[in-house]
Amino acid sequence: MKPFKLDWLILPLIGALVVIGAWHLLAGKKVVVKDAEGNVTSEERVGAIAALPNVKETWESSKPYVMEPFAHRGELDQGILRFTWLSLILVAKGYFIALLIGTPLGFFLGLSKAFTKMTDPIIQVLRPVSPLAWLPLGMVLFLGAGKNASDLAALFTIAICAMWPTVLNTAVGVRAIPQDYLNVAKVLKLSRWKTLTKVMIPATLPYMFTGFRLSLGIAWLVIVAAEMLTGRPGVGGFLWQQYNALIYEQIILCILMIGLVGFVLDRLMSVVERRFKTA
Amino acid sequence: MAFLELKNVSKGFGPKGQRNEVLKDLNLSIEKGEFVAIVGYSGAGKSTLMNMIAGLIHPDTGTVTLNDLEIKEPGPDRGVVFQNYSLLPWLSVYENIYLAVDQIFPNWAVAKKQQHVERYIGMVNLTPARDKKPSELSGGMRQRVSVARALAMDPQILLLDEPLGALDALTRATLQDEISRIWQENKKTVVLITNDPDEGIYLADRIIPLTAGPNATLGPSFQVDIERPRDRKAINHDPVFKRIRRDVVDFLLSSRQQRTAAVTKKLVLPDIEPEDLSVTRELFGPKPRPRRRSEVKVEKVEVEV
Ligand SMILES: Nc1ncnc2c1ncn2[C@@H]1O[C@H](COP(=O)(O)OP(=O)(O)OP(=O)(O)O)[C@@H](O)[C@H]1O
Ligand SMILES: [Mg+2]
Repeated sequence: MKPFKLDWLILPLIGALVVIGAWHLLAGKKVVVKDAEGNVTSEERVGAIAALPNVKETWESSKPYVMEPFAHRGELDQGILRFTWLSLILVAKGYFIALLIGTPLGFFLGLSKAFTKMTDPIIQVLRPVSPLAWLPLGMVLFLGAGKNASDLAALFTIAICAMWPTVLNTAVGVRAIPQDYLNVAKVLKLSRWKTLTKVMIPATLPYMFTGFRLSLGIAWLVIVAAEMLTGRPGVGGFLWQQYNALIYEQIILCILMIGLVGFVLDRLMSVVERRFKTA
Repeated sequence: MAFLELKNVSKGFGPKGQRNEVLKDLNLSIEKGEFVAIVGYSGAGKSTLMNMIAGLIHPDTGTVTLNDLEIKEPGPDRGVVFQNYSLLPWLSVYENIYLAVDQIFPNWAVAKKQQHVERYIGMVNLTPARDKKPSELSGGMRQRVSVARALAMDPQILLLDEPLGALDALTRATLQDEISRIWQENKKTVVLITNDPDEGIYLADRIIPLTAGPNATLGPSFQVDIERPRDRKAINHDPVFKRIRRDVVDFLLSSRQQRTAAVTKKLVLPDIEPEDLSVTRELFGPKPRPRRRSEVKVEKVEVEV
C-alpha cells in the first residue's frame, strides 16, 4: 500500500480497533434470565469465552482505578498509577543492582579468556532460569531478614534475571574494542586506570547500553512474577489479587498498564542508547 | 653510530605448520635527523616493520635498537601515525591531541599544555575543526590530526605508516608539502612507509625498497641527492629523480622471486560476532567462533602471471 497522509496515526489505530473488536466479539456478556412474571430468577454469562469480560465491563470496572490514578484506599486497593509507581521503584532498585554487578562482571569476562572459560558454563546454565524459580530461592536466602524477606527476595530475583544481557553485551563490547585504540593507549603509555577510563569504557559504552536496555526490559518482565509470588502491592500484585478475587476486568487493565510502561521504558532507553552509538 | 638500528630482524605470524613468514633478515640503520622512506608492495610487511619499531610487536629473531637500547615496548620517544589514523572517535580533535600531551608532559601547567595543543592544531591547519569529532572530518583531516598528535608528543623519531595512503592525488600533494615543511621546521628523524615510490623520493633523504613477501627483506638504499626545498613540478624532470625512481621500481619488480602476483584485498567485516550454528557445541568447550576483524585484516589471493 502506498503511504498516505497521517498513515503513521491511522494504520496503528485501525490495528488497535481490529484487536479490540475481536476481543469484544469473543468476550462474554451478562444475560438476565426472567421468569413469566418478569422477576429476575438468575443471571448468566454467554459468549465464546463467557468468563472474559468485554470492553464495556472492563472500562466500567476499571474506571475508579484510572480516573483516580493516585488514590490510596487500602494497601491492595490503590489507583493504577500509584501501583505502577510502587512497581517501578522496586524494578529500579533491582535493575541498579543488576547493572552494578553485571557491568564489571561483563568487563572481566571480556578481558580474561581464562575467566570466561571458568564461568561460561555457569552463566549459560543460570541464564535461562525463570524468575519463578529464583524467587523461592530468594525467600530462602533472606529467611533471616524477617519482615523484609519478600522485598529482598523480589530484588534478588529481578537483579539476577536482569543481569545477563548487561553481562554478555559488555563482554562482547570489550572483546570488540579495536586493536587500534589499544595501540594508541600503548604508544601513549597510558596507565591501566587511564586505559580503562579513557579508552576501554568509552569504546564499550555502545554495547553496554544495548545490554542496559535489554536488562531493563527483563527487569520489568520479572516484576509481575515477583509481585505475584510475594503479594507485594504493585501492578503485578494487584493483578494476581483481582484474579483470586474473581474480578477479571482489572486483569486486563493491569496487562495494558504493564505493556504500556514496558514500551515507554524501552523507548526511553533506546533514545539514550542512540546517543552513545553515534559518539 | 646509528640512531635506529635493525639487525637480522625476522618476523612471522601464525602457529607452526601454517606459519606465515612475513619479514626475513632485515638490516637497517638510520642516523639522527634523517628522513628515510620505505617503499614496498601492499601486504609485504610494511606495517609489521613499523609496529616492530614502535614496540607493539617483537621480532622473532634479531634486535631493534634505538640509541643502542633494545626496543621492548612502545614509548613516547617514538611518535606513530598509524595507517588507519587511530583517533579515538569519542574525543574531539583537541581532546585527542590533549590526551597525548597530558600523558607525555604531566608536569606542565594546564595553560601550557593547552597552548601546546593549539600550536600543533594550527601547524596542520585544523584550528577551525578543533572541536569536531573524527567522524565529522574528512580522511585527509583525520590524517592531519594523527600527524599533529604524533608531533605534539615531541618524539625523537616519527613513524609514519602510509600516512597519505587513503587520499586523493591533490590532497596527497598538499599533505606531502605539509610533511616536508614540518620536517624542515623540526628536523626530527622520520621513517615514512609508503607504497608510492614518487612520494618516497620527493620527501626522503634516502629511499629503501622492501621486496615482495613472504620473506620480504629490505633492498639497497638509494640516496636522494636532490636539493631542498624540492619543487614538485621541476622534480619530475630531474635526471636524479628519474634515475632513482627507475632503479627502485626495477628492484621492486625483479624482487618477486616467483612469478606470482600477490593481490591483497582489504576485508572490512562487520563488527559483530555471529555464532556458527552448523558446528555442534561441546558442552564445556569454547564457543565455535569465527575470526574477528582484528585477526583477519587482509585476504591474499595468488594468481599466476
Ligand atoms: N597480527 C597479525 N597476525 C597474523 N598475520 C599478520 C598480522 N599482522 C600482519 N600479518 C600478515 O603479515 C603480512 C604483512 O602485513 P602488513 O600489514 O605488515 O602489510 P603492509 O605492507 O603494511 O600492507 P599494506 O600496504 O596493505 O598496509 C600480511 O600477509 C598479513 O596477513
Ligand atoms: Mg600497512
